Amino acid sequence: MTPHRWRNFVNGLMFGLTAACALATVCFLFWILGFLIWNGGRSLNLAFFTHLPKPPGETGGGMANAIIGSAQIVLIASLIGLPIGFLGGIYLAEFGSGAFPFFVRYTADLLNGVPSIVMGLFAYAIVVRPMHHFSAFAGSVALSVILIPTTIRTTEQFLRAVPQTLREGALALGANKWRAIATVVVPAAVRGVATGMILGIARIAGESAPLLFTSLGNDYWSTSLSQPTSALPLMIYKYAISPYADWHRQAWAAGLVLLALMLLLNVGARLVLSPGAPRN
Amino acid sequence: MAETVALLEPQTEEDFRPAFLDRLRNGDEVAHLVTLIFAAAILVIAALLVTELFGSSAEARHKFGWHFFFTSKWDPVAGQFGALPFIYGTVVTSAVALLISVPLGVGAAIFLSELAPPRISDSLTFIIELLAAVPSVIYGVLAMFALVPLLRDPIQPFLNRTLGFLPIFQGPSYGVGFLAAGVILAIMVVPFVISISRESLLAVPNEQREAALAVGATRWESTWQVVVPYARLGIIGSVFLALARALGETMAVTMVIGNTPQIVKSLFATGYTIPAVIANEFTEATEDLHLSALVELGLVLFLLTIIINGFARLMVLATTRRGTTHP
Amino acid sequence: MMGTLQHSTAAGPPAPNPGATAPGRVEPKLKISRLNFFYGAFQALHHVELEIAANRITALIGPSGCGKSTFLRVLNRMHETVRGARVSGEVLLDNEDALAMDVSRLRRRVGMVFQKPNPFPKSIFDNVAYGLRVNGLKGSAHLKEAVEHSLRRAALWDEVKDKLHKSAYDLSGGQQQRLCIARGLAVDPEVLLLDEPSSALDPIATAKIEELVFHLKENCTIVIVTHNMQQAARIADDTGFFLLGKLIEFDKTETIFKNPAKKETEDYITGRFG
Repeated sequence: MTPHRWRNFVNGLMFGLTAACALATVCFLFWILGFLIWNGGRSLNLAFFTHLPKPPGETGGGMANAIIGSAQIVLIASLIGLPIGFLGGIYLAEFGSGAFPFFVRYTADLLNGVPSIVMGLFAYAIVVRPMHHFSAFAGSVALSVILIPTTIRTTEQFLRAVPQTLREGALALGANKWRAIATVVVPAAVRGVATGMILGIARIAGESAPLLFTSLGNDYWSTSLSQPTSALPLMIYKYAISPYADWHRQAWAAGLVLLALMLLLNVGARLVLSPGAPRN
Repeated sequence: MAETVALLEPQTEEDFRPAFLDRLRNGDEVAHLVTLIFAAAILVIAALLVTELFGSSAEARHKFGWHFFFTSKWDPVAGQFGALPFIYGTVVTSAVALLISVPLGVGAAIFLSELAPPRISDSLTFIIELLAAVPSVIYGVLAMFALVPLLRDPIQPFLNRTLGFLPIFQGPSYGVGFLAAGVILAIMVVPFVISISRESLLAVPNEQREAALAVGATRWESTWQVVVPYARLGIIGSVFLALARALGETMAVTMVIGNTPQIVKSLFATGYTIPAVIANEFTEATEDLHLSALVELGLVLFLLTIIINGFARLMVLATTRRGTTHP
Repeated sequence: MMGTLQHSTAAGPPAPNPGATAPGRVEPKLKISRLNFFYGAFQALHHVELEIAANRITALIGPSGCGKSTFLRVLNRMHETVRGARVSGEVLLDNEDALAMDVSRLRRRVGMVFQKPNPFPKSIFDNVAYGLRVNGLKGSAHLKEAVEHSLRRAALWDEVKDKLHKSAYDLSGGQQQRLCIARGLAVDPEVLLLDEPSSALDPIATAKIEELVFHLKENCTIVIVTHNMQQAARIADDTGFFLLGKLIEFDKTETIFKNPAKKETEDYITGRFG
């Protein structure tokens, strides 16, 4: 081959190889989807959503308590984490200057990378140990600590993308700063911020490691936030590592439900909300 | 009136600032303060996290000192705690994960940012972002029921037959073990490698590409010889971020590593990792020393990920800041 | 609040007011004395002295970076949004100290329209109503009336009356800028500052803005910064020339363009630099 043809050959070859890398990665998602739909779909039934778990060895039953438990834990975590992250993000984007905001931002980024199981240890230390028992609330605290750093950073990012001219326009009409933020800057960024929040909620809804020794899980209805409470990811873990075929079946079904929820939130947030990301 | 220019007086350096009280009255100062408090919450959390981790691990740290990291006997009944098998397992599984995910991820990132047509690139990127959102326990289920059987037969026997002269591919094939954990970790971290590398590549100024193409380079030559070196700090940063993820990943690894605290050369053997042992033993630990040793493992994990992340963030920042003229 | 205003949608070729009195003879609307302005260590304005007459159009011209926009922003204290900006001297609005009065009140009295149209991501109606709501006007009947009135004054009413609740982003660039003017007019300011309001627009949209501005001076004092000398010559009664942070010359527009007193002004007007 002439040098020229050789170079063109390498060009084509690498195009193919890198494309294969991208395709392989994409295939993982379809592999996961296919596996769960095939196995989980066959195991999914109404009882899964409406019944309590059966004792080990017995077949049937469902995960109704875990579905409600997950919703409960995630709701409380969002109520704690989203306002803190949102207001902190407003500070970083609109008020902060100098070294302090830099420090806050960097800390948020670092906390974002801390393994979720460490956050579980943290919630155990500050909630479970003083209260002397596992509880849904402790699980919520663990998840909110994961939610805060992501919310603070996405809020900041989307507020910063709002053009400076909009702020000036509001100030020039006699609005003071907080009024301009509340009525112009935040509404202009609201779709982006909401997308970030939904993705954050989706992420914590799938977490299981931080719940292992905070909300712990159980097999019946929890009536209060101070009781151990089950969550869908915890049940998937418990059922998957069990020796019972019927529990495996239910773990697949639960996995399918969780994954469907995850994809719905992600696709929904990205497709419905983010086309309205800040315009100039 | 027109003579004003000549009248340059010495300037009064009177500094005009709206009075604090005025701003307090119209609410700006209040809003500033309130949001500041919430922003500061993150520092409080970080400080509490550090003190709790140090405080709760004090007993184990005093009793074992540095030996904790260099002894391999983990016996809760005898009160002997050495973390070496968990550190070994964490390092080996993360290394396997990086060996697979880095070439795969960087290759995919190059394709998505440089070579692929925009429409294909956009939809593939979207799917890969979804992959990053799959909960780790689902990866665990997949690993247990789909990956492990594949590894047990035919993959591990095949590796043994062809590359069996290497100690890492010897021994009986259970399916579960270091290799299974490493492979599932690789699949889990690959989206992170791709998204950060892609960001760094996209931040390379277009003039760089054009300069290479203008002197007759092929698309690949311009990418490999100009664009990738320009973005290398960001790409290295993405590898570190992936490493931090892999080190701390709990559920999927716990489900397939076999949970045996041992140090074995073969990747086919079972092992244990730091997050896995915390997940398995923390609720069952009754002795204070046992709990303290587990928290110390958590502390190690925390410090490792903080250092690696801190480093990686700086590198990614350095690259994406430098190239600001991205189209 | 809106009682004394006239609707001014009538068309007519803008021309400088021939009967303009020289600035400074009557009580000025804005009186600026000994004004110095700093960005950190850099001094952007040097000892500016200027009196702006009521119900006239005052144009500020000069090469880019000469400080004319900075000066404009000081007049309603928009410079306070810039970190490290410092000002000394005196700005009097109807003999009241503008630099000391409540900033919201000042900005309500002295409105501003920016270089690039900056409508809020809200409906056309909500854009115009924004200033009114911020300043505490309530009651939908009042709001509706005031919004229509402002849109009429900005010569935009006929184009948007059927789509008041559509997004402001659906309008063309020229319409957006007139919407921003309507938004500024809604709070009935005594002074309207315009910072190169047509630099981002095409010639036809520019002509519309100029015509509109020309009619606004009946109820409003206008200060306009422009990089376009023809524009200043077309619409302004008085013109000031800035160079390197100094007000070189200020006089009737006719004088500035036909018979400038300073050599720098003449050089700039005749295109010898800038």
